[in-house]
Amino acid sequence: MAGVMRERFAEVMTELLGEDERLVLILADLSVGLFEKARLEHPDRCLNLGIREQLLISVAGGMALAGIRPVVHSFAPFLIERPFEQIKLDLNHQDVGAVLVSAGASYDIASGGRSHQAPGDIALLDTLPDWTVHVPGHPDEAEIHLREAVMGDGRVYLRLSNQSNERSYAAAHGFRVLREGGSGTVIAIGPMADATLMATEGLDVTVLYAATIRPFDTAGLRASLLKQKDAAVVIVEPYLAGTSLTHITTGLPDIPHRALGLGVGLVELRNYGTPRQHAIAHGLGTAGIRRSVASFFSL
Amino acid sequence: MTEKPGFDELPALIASMTGDEKHFHAAMSTLDVLWVLYTRVLRVTPAMEEGRDRFYLSKGHGPMAYYATLAATGFLDPAEFQRFGAFHSPLGHHPDRVLVPGVEISSGSLGHGLPLAVGTALGLRAQGRSEPAIWVLVGDGELDEGSNHEAIAYAGRARLDQLNVVLVDNASATHGWPGGPESRFAVEGWSTMRVNGRDHDALETAFTTPHAGRPHLVVAEVAEGGS
Repeated sequence: MAGVMRERFAEVMTELLGEDERLVLILADLSVGLFEKARLEHPDRCLNLGIREQLLISVAGGMALAGIRPVVHSFAPFLIERPFEQIKLDLNHQDVGAVLVSAGASYDIASGGRSHQAPGDIALLDTLPDWTVHVPGHPDEAEIHLREAVMGDGRVYLRLSNQSNERSYAAAHGFRVLREGGSGTVIAIGPMADATLMATEGLDVTVLYAATIRPFDTAGLRASLLKQKDAAVVIVEPYLAGTSLTHITTGLPDIPHRALGLGVGLVELRNYGTPRQHAIAHGLGTAGIRRSVASFFSL
Repeated sequence: MTEKPGFDELPALIASMTGDEKHFHAAMSTLDVLWVLYTRVLRVTPAMEEGRDRFYLSKGHGPMAYYATLAATGFLDPAEFQRFGAFHSPLGHHPDRVLVPGVEISSGSLGHGLPLAVGTALGLRAQGRSEPAIWVLVGDGELDEGSNHEAIAYAGRARLDQLNVVLVDNASATHGWPGGPESRFAVEGWSTMRVNGRDHDALETAFTTPHAGRPHLVVAEVAEGGS
């Protein structure tokens, strides 16, 4: 499935540029080859700024001030981490919207090393208000999120990855129940669904799925926990471990609960290799997830 | 609304706001430029029509001259100045576009106004709107910020002739600019001029000089000091 989300994004975005004159796609050299047709057909609405990531976000903000709906694309570290002050000030503080679409995720580019990995992107965005964050688990979900995002005016982050589930589970906002059990709740985010389902096979737990993680579906979680004997939840996220724990805790002020966040560890792995090797190293392989879940629920 | 002040009354208005605000010199350095822009050049009224020219104050510190000019041109009520910097005042030590009528961008952290303006110019081009001009006021010290140089280079390549920058040069850049800050713009293909930043007629002439196919820089030289 390598690369399919990004390729789907290019295909659909090219189509959308032809349909909606309010849209402008802004690039900073990366993925430019995927948009040659769009650049030829819409030279003023498919722009490559060169390797200028601060400008990338600022231009989006300035365009939004002129009434444009900007869609901005680069790899996650260069889209979110490098120009973070521009996101804070040129989008949030200007009170304008944009659609930021990243590729690369936490360690898709495992062999590229730390510079090309961004497990902390969503934790960073969590320091800013009013972001909708999609972490699609399948290209079909990515397409639905993109089409929805360009129609609006808000601030949307669409986090594409080469890691993908075998099928789409849901693109609707809020949690979808994938499996029901009585001992606790396990939440799988985006590309973690297949591994989480396999890891919890035979365990008496409910498995929830979400590809939209902000806003956080507190009501959906509460509904699940209230059916269970133990208000305990494990969330399996394909980015920094524990990123959503604050949302779980603040959403359950009246329910004594236990929570565990699985995800990419807060360590700098000086390893290359493959995404699968990194997943295993962070305890996000099937065996690692099963071990953590079984231990947490004493199953 | 109280009666609009004239140019000669602006320094007193600015002084009424300064209090413990430390950027008085920064405010005074921009006063003449702002006055000439708002009274002779910009096509903008308090109605903020869609086709208006845009003015982006990038050098957001010391916004008192900006607020005073907005008051003098009907955007703001000078009575607001009494609450300058207070908790419920719309007038902070750095302007907020959400709070202040007529303010196009929120600024404060340096190096954001020019890149935002490049985006707006590109957005207008994408919409096929060639008329609105975009004006950005930056400081010579602010030019140290690397984000400006991404914007200067790209604007030159993109031949953004709707984009205009007025750079108030009060020699506050810590390490200076060999050949003047305009050399940095010129090498990227910008039209550049340098004028006395206190001479209103010279400023107007520089601001209205044609620059087809190129973005335009006016360096407004003022006495050293401030930031």
